[in-house]
Amino acid sequence: MGLKRNVSLAAGLRYKGQGPMLTYVLHRIGGLGMAIFITIHILASFLGGRGGAFVNNIYENWIFQIFIFFCVLFHAINGLRITILDLFPKLLEHHREAIWIEWAVFLPIYGISVLVIINTALGG
Amino acid sequence: MSNPKPRSLSLSQRGMNFETLMWLFTRLSALGMYALIIFGLIGALVMGARNQMNFADVMRWAFMPNVTHVENTNVPDLAPWVSPLWKLTASALLLLAVAHGVHGLVVIADDYIVSSRGRLISRLLSIVFMLAMIGISLYILWTS
Repeated sequence: MGLKRNVSLAAGLRYKGQGPMLTYVLHRIGGLGMAIFITIHILASFLGGRGGAFVNNIYENWIFQIFIFFCVLFHAINGLRITILDLFPKLLEHHREAIWIEWAVFLPIYGISVLVIINTALGG
Repeated sequence: MSNPKPRSLSLSQRGMNFETLMWLFTRLSALGMYALIIFGLIGALVMGARNQMNFADVMRWAFMPNVTHVENTNVPDLAPWVSPLWKLTASALLLLAVAHGVHGLVVIADDYIVSSRGRLISRLLSIVFMLAMIGISLYILWTS
């Protein structure tokens, strides 16, 4: 395992991966976000008490819900695209179109959800 | 755009190792979680979520059908929401999600940890972490 990388963060950010790279990065952010925050949520529920209630109150805050719902929904919809393309590799020829379909599914669902979350938060 | 000469080995030439198996498991568990989440969503609507819960509460229930996720809603009777059916659904969803998620963390760690010793340590830690999370979460699910 002599793998060695000499790629700086700036060079990494300049990489022009376009749509597929963006979904890859967001998939990773979403997955990591879920892993970290759901772990903390489970531990808070397990420990309970004032500390647990404090953490779970943050989780029920509407700003946090907008963030975590992005992680969950994007990871789920992008994951479904990856699953369909990988299980039916003939479709890989249309992978860029698949990403456009993915955004067409994700944006309305997420947009409506954010509107509902904000509306509920403002006492609607 | 068709490629006449395949650039990858066929499965019979490559053999089925653990990494390939986990690659497949990641895809199949995604489909399994979709099925369980849609089942939870339909179940919530059948049990009266349409009039008694808001959108965020329904989604919270669908992503983990645990009764504590409906305690703060207008649902009058919690009895149908604590049935063994939902405990089993939640447990299945939990096992799929923890296995899928911990494997994902190992994949991410492999991008940064490249020595075979480091990878062995990250794998051992991931197994300990996975078993601990499964134990804690099952305790929460079956005692709440």
